[in-house]
Amino acid sequence: MDQAIIIEKSVVIIAVFALTMVMAMYSTLAERKIAAWLQDRIGPNRAGKGGILQPLADGLKLFSKEEFFPNTPNRFLFIVGPFISMSTALMTSAVIPWGDKLHVFGRDVILQATDIDVAILYVFGVLSVGVYGIMIGGWASNNKFSLMSAMRASSQMISYEVAMGLSIIALIMMTGTLSLKEIAAGQEGMNWNVFYQPVGFLIFLVCSFAETNRTPFDLAECEAELIGGYHTEYSSMKMGFYLFAEYASMFISSTILAVLYFGAYNYPGMEWMKENVGVNTANVIGMVVLFAKLCFFIFFYMWVRWTVPRFRYDQLMRLGWKMLIPLAIANIIITGIIILINDGNFTF
Amino acid sequence: MSIETMSLSGRKKEVSNKKMTFLESLYLVTILKGLFITIRHLFRRKVTIKYPEQTREMSPVYRGQHMLMRDEEGRERCTACGLCALSCPAEAITMKAEERKPDEMHLYREEKYASIYEINMLRCIFCGLCEEACPKQAIYLTKSRTMVRSNSDREDFIFGKDKLVMPLDMAIDNTKKPQMAK
Repeated sequence: MDQAIIIEKSVVIIAVFALTMVMAMYSTLAERKIAAWLQDRIGPNRAGKGGILQPLADGLKLFSKEEFFPNTPNRFLFIVGPFISMSTALMTSAVIPWGDKLHVFGRDVILQATDIDVAILYVFGVLSVGVYGIMIGGWASNNKFSLMSAMRASSQMISYEVAMGLSIIALIMMTGTLSLKEIAAGQEGMNWNVFYQPVGFLIFLVCSFAETNRTPFDLAECEAELIGGYHTEYSSMKMGFYLFAEYASMFISSTILAVLYFGAYNYPGMEWMKENVGVNTANVIGMVVLFAKLCFFIFFYMWVRWTVPRFRYDQLMRLGWKMLIPLAIANIIITGIIILINDGNFTF
Repeated sequence: MSIETMSLSGRKKEVSNKKMTFLESLYLVTILKGLFITIRHLFRRKVTIKYPEQTREMSPVYRGQHMLMRDEEGRERCTACGLCALSCPAEAITMKAEERKPDEMHLYREEKYASIYEINMLRCIFCGLCEEACPKQAIYLTKSRTMVRSNSDREDFIFGKDKLVMPLDMAIDNTKKPQMAK
């Protein structure tokens, strides 16, 4: 029995890990392709059919490039920076429910690496460690432009994490749970949270753009003022790790967006499918649905990247502190009042 | 129409600094509009020319690398009169004339020929004035798509007769073709 659980969990963990890696790899291709398409170009099409082997070629190139170390005060931290970024990006995937349970060999296999009760807090905790990756990388580069960029990126991430946390509180008040699995299960059919929390969703979306350092808020990298950004001094695969971490965290945040607000693996008619076709089929379709939703969000990230120009730093801070945080607090208050009225505990 | 309201492109717009309404200052509508514009480009025809497989359609007046022509019998047409060098605005052409020997009758058409004919490709602007100036129809700018290749060795850019004169097999091919009526 214990052995079965170990096997089951390791299979799930390895599958999730592989999925994250593959998705991050192919996000790089997708980004280049979508960028090209939105600009009436074709994009990479030389490696393999339609450029399908491009990520492998990129990886090969990054591995075979010369490793360069600046005259850094701490070589260890220089190496640890991209490592932290990468591992925090991957760690978040542990609590995401990829689907309802499957029946395999007479056992219920839960499609989640760990089902912890404070999943959202865990996600936020891991996310905030991600700041260290950027900050350490920028500091250990021993380059003032990298350091400035790292400062900018980390203060941006910290300020947007506040608004993000506040926006999620309204959702937690509504669902009454911190567990991603229960939040996902609570959105059966078309009972998606986005219909009840549109403002919260908007705030969360904007903040997740800022958290993943994606374009309207990608002040971490800025060729015009900062040469490159916090990764200016990085070369070969260490640089690749930073870029890879960005795509991995983009994948994870798309998944979290889909799980929190867009009904996770739920789709209309899931109950009917479970009764008439079979639980396994229904749940596999649920996984596909979740995958489609998160792919849409990844596409959305890229779509926005080629539409909205980069914010200026003061505009970014103003948006974060003066608009999103008050808006999130107002959202919490309004949600609270509505919950009280609905429960009948509050009468005028 | 008064001069103030006139617009050549028809897209003239007055700059306005009016205060934005609350809805406008949220920028949500504008961002959605922008997203709509970019997504439309996803389905547009792509303008890329896949170079090695496809090549760009050149304009009919495209002027490529020069060629010193031969006549129907394969003799060089150039008589080294120097008019091309004179007309060249970039002064890229230099030449040295020599008298034809009796046993070279099959090589050069006129009594005088260019023993050295050089074009400095770093100076040439492909204006085609040499072609216009030539009284013997000896120099032409071909439709060749091969550009002058990049190189760090400057001497290689001075194209001598070895690179400019029409290759013999090409001249032989031309003699085999039915001649146009004169």
